[in-house]
Amino acid sequence: MASITRRMAVALLGGGLVAAGSAAAQDMKSVKIGYAISKTGPNAGGANVTQIPNYQLWVKEVNDKGGLMLSSLKRRVPIEIVEYDDRSNSEEAVRAFERLVTQDKVDLLFPPWGTGLNLAVGPVFNKYGYPQLAFTAVTDRAPDLGKRWPNSFWLLGTSAQYVDALVGLLTKMRADGKINDKIAMVSIADGFGIDLSKAAREGFTKAGFKLAYDKSYPIGTQDMSPLIGEAARSGADSFVAFSYPPDTIALTDQAKIASFAPKVMFLGVGVGFPLYPGRFGANTEGIMSLGGWSRDNKATAEYREKHKAMHKRDPDYWGSQVGYSSLQMLEQAIERVGKIDRPAIIKELQTGTFDTVLGKIKLRDNMLQEGYWLIGQWQDGFYTGVAPARPGAAPVIVPKPAWK
Amino acid sequence: MTPRRLIVSAAAVVAVGLLACVPLVFGGYGLSLAINLMSYTVLATAWALFSGPTRYVSLATVAFFGIGAYTVAVFGEVFAWPVVLVIALAIGVVLALIVGLSTLRLSGVYFVIFTFGLAELVRQLVTWYEVNVTRTLGRYVFIDVTTAQIYWQLLALAVLVFIAGILIRRSRLGLALRVIGDDETVARHVGIDTTRAKVTLFALSAAFITVTGAVMAPRWTYIDPAIAFNATVSFQVLIMALLGGAHRLYGPVLGVVPLALLFEVLTANFPNHFSILVGAAFMLVVYAVPRGVAGLIEEGRGSLRGPRRGLST
Amino acid sequence: MLTDALIAGLTLGGMYALLAMGLTLQYGVARIMNLSYGELLVSGAFAAHWLFTVAGIAPLAALLLVVPAAFALSWLIYRVLLTPLVRRAPNREALEVDTILATFGLLFVVQGVLLVMFGGAYYSYSFFAVPVHLPGATVAANRLLALGFAVVVGALLYLGLTRTRLGTAIRAVAVDPVAAQLVAIDVRVAAAFAFALGGGLVACGGVLVSMFLTFNANLGVVFTMKALIVVIMGGVGNLLGALIAGLILGLTETFVATWIDPGLTLAATYAIFLVTLLVRPQGLFGIGRR
Repeated sequence: MASITRRMAVALLGGGLVAAGSAAAQDMKSVKIGYAISKTGPNAGGANVTQIPNYQLWVKEVNDKGGLMLSSLKRRVPIEIVEYDDRSNSEEAVRAFERLVTQDKVDLLFPPWGTGLNLAVGPVFNKYGYPQLAFTAVTDRAPDLGKRWPNSFWLLGTSAQYVDALVGLLTKMRADGKINDKIAMVSIADGFGIDLSKAAREGFTKAGFKLAYDKSYPIGTQDMSPLIGEAARSGADSFVAFSYPPDTIALTDQAKIASFAPKVMFLGVGVGFPLYPGRFGANTEGIMSLGGWSRDNKATAEYREKHKAMHKRDPDYWGSQVGYSSLQMLEQAIERVGKIDRPAIIKELQTGTFDTVLGKIKLRDNMLQEGYWLIGQWQDGFYTGVAPARPGAAPVIVPKPAWK
Repeated sequence: MTPRRLIVSAAAVVAVGLLACVPLVFGGYGLSLAINLMSYTVLATAWALFSGPTRYVSLATVAFFGIGAYTVAVFGEVFAWPVVLVIALAIGVVLALIVGLSTLRLSGVYFVIFTFGLAELVRQLVTWYEVNVTRTLGRYVFIDVTTAQIYWQLLALAVLVFIAGILIRRSRLGLALRVIGDDETVARHVGIDTTRAKVTLFALSAAFITVTGAVMAPRWTYIDPAIAFNATVSFQVLIMALLGGAHRLYGPVLGVVPLALLFEVLTANFPNHFSILVGAAFMLVVYAVPRGVAGLIEEGRGSLRGPRRGLST
Repeated sequence: MLTDALIAGLTLGGMYALLAMGLTLQYGVARIMNLSYGELLVSGAFAAHWLFTVAGIAPLAALLLVVPAAFALSWLIYRVLLTPLVRRAPNREALEVDTILATFGLLFVVQGVLLVMFGGAYYSYSFFAVPVHLPGATVAANRLLALGFAVVVGALLYLGLTRTRLGTAIRAVAVDPVAAQLVAIDVRVAAAFAFALGGGLVACGGVLVSMFLTFNANLGVVFTMKALIVVIMGGVGNLLGALIAGLILGLTETFVATWIDPGLTLAATYAIFLVTLLVRPQGLFGIGRR
């Protein structure tokens, strides 16, 4: 055993030395980009839909062009990827990113999946001055985080943004006499669900809605019938769930079984996953959730086709396009700077305007403030953006049609 | 002191001195790896402190580890750091005493699953409390503790856990535990207060685990129950300790070092086939090194005394 | 509302029982603490999904393929991987530790293979997701089916174990392998058979739950632990115990969700489990062994 250990140590050191040798700028053969992401563990389901496919797609596209154009070298330099599995574990993620920076000497990093892990690795990105374009994290601390770690960018917004948009929609429906003032709300008991439900509780109450049912449920709940039963009995016209993919599907299933068809049915993560329409077909009509997609945006349609061609499935309709846009922003920032100069790239990301599939993007306070959909709804087989009110926003369908 | 013991003690002092220099030499990843090794060393050794001699396999490791981490999340910005550690320690010990006293009638796999259930129960209750009382799930830990300081604290814990192990072995308690491990009924008949012995040791083991959780927490910035009470920690500690050999004080370390390094090499080189390779390597070890690494060393020394793997004296 | 909760609880509990019955055979009779149990369940779910979406074979028909395959695979696992451990183990404790370690390795291997084949994404399909209207409640047909299977399979196994020669041999091995050998029972065959049967059962459970649960390659551990809790609570090796423990946990979950707080469902099941063990350290129907 001792000799095996020694060999391992040698292997570890050896890997480090090889990496160190390739750092000289002039004969730069590749731009090394590293990431650690949850390939296994509870986060893998999200990471595999929203994040990893975008990394693969973007890297392939850039390399097909010959690489990133670095004007300081007057040539294109292909991207080389170093990837690790953080096993959905904060400690593993921290160590993996340390390793990417100090051992593999990567030039740039991609963020991990989810709020928790992005926060966990924040200090590492910050310590070494790497830009962190987090696009699968929703945190109310985003504005503070952007100040605390100026290298970090929080592209998926805060829970308050989503809730404001939702409250706005519901208030209008109520004013039009389409729904009553009762809301039944359930949320998953983790950071995402609780952050959003807390903001929603305040938002709904302030707007004069009554929460007829308001409960959380633990991760791993396998039977949604009590929740749906109580929600149905509460007399609310609107059902709002801040849920995760397995529960989102179970809630939809159970609502259908129990013939519970609220006028407004808003569910959490997973409604925008390609799995969802595959599973429920025409029954998705009228179901609302986070994110959204523009019907008439050629760029996103093209992106969707490319994604489909490479991965044999649609992108997620919430985070995916934001994620792909963040990679386009990174690409443009690098090419404008013309070399791997991380402080300059961060500065460009903070101040520049970028051409992405979402349109022209300019960050404010290290956050994506507008230009993407907060709330979407399945309409006629398309997950179309309905809020905020901006060009292309479709009118909301209320009430949600009965189950077929 | 015999000359041999003197040499061992001197070597131990030198080793600790050298280990203390690690943060001065290595930064970044090297230090991260060292922290990983050191934290699992403390956890696995503390685990074996109780489970080794008593043969009670505990999966409650992460319950205590998570409580330590959560204590930091709650009180980290309120009190001075040493006070936080003391609070964590106190909570861990109190919980361990309650659990220890209530589980005395359980044995074998019943105890294993009980401790697993306990860890999950604690996680569920913490979640429920946060959701319904504080209304925020996920706490931010912005405490200025450097990585090097985390490492040194872990090293200090490691030294303490070894000293505790040595002292126990030499004490009446150690003898009592060995008898319990061999046969609990006999132990009771010869007048050993088995309850007291087991509970004392369980609380001691839990104390170390809790403080380790507290020390590690500042590394993650953000803590929620899924992160703090990640059940894989319990399993990993168990496996490392059993692989090394829980019947020797130095056994768990021999499992921690090769396994942690193996995990590292495999994640680095085969991110997409990590699980398969880890599993295969694991099974290979089970079949090829049946008595744990410590057992292998004993065999190498030609001393074939002491029964098989792990959970025996 | 009461009947609603009652029926929801029974269907959920039936599912738990179904998931746990295989393990009670594997652990109670073959004495293998199989940590890779849940991976086989997830494999069954993936097989059903694949057969349904690609080959167009309905899950119930898929059972006829999946269950024998899982039986054969489990037999093989027992003969190739576990027999050496059984042979070298001097006592039950040592075997337990060894099998925990070995099946922990197996868990990773199976999970890794599933990840390579299917990736980490979620899978779900719709089959038999139609409402069944019972007096006072409406349930999903597929969930009701799982409950029905749990009851029928449980009853058949119970009869098989108590009324047939092989069943008696298996029970003898569960009670005392050494004495069983003395009365000319081939312990290794009986144990292998029990282990393989457990494997077939869990794959059957996997096929059935795939009709209504969303799963991915990482979900195995969750099922293993749930099954372990049911088995331990019911008393090791006791089929009836597993069935009742499963139903108790299911009912607890839905009752707590309906009348107290859905946020406390899992806490309540763990609490019930822990309290049961404190009152009855050998589980509800366990026989003391020391």
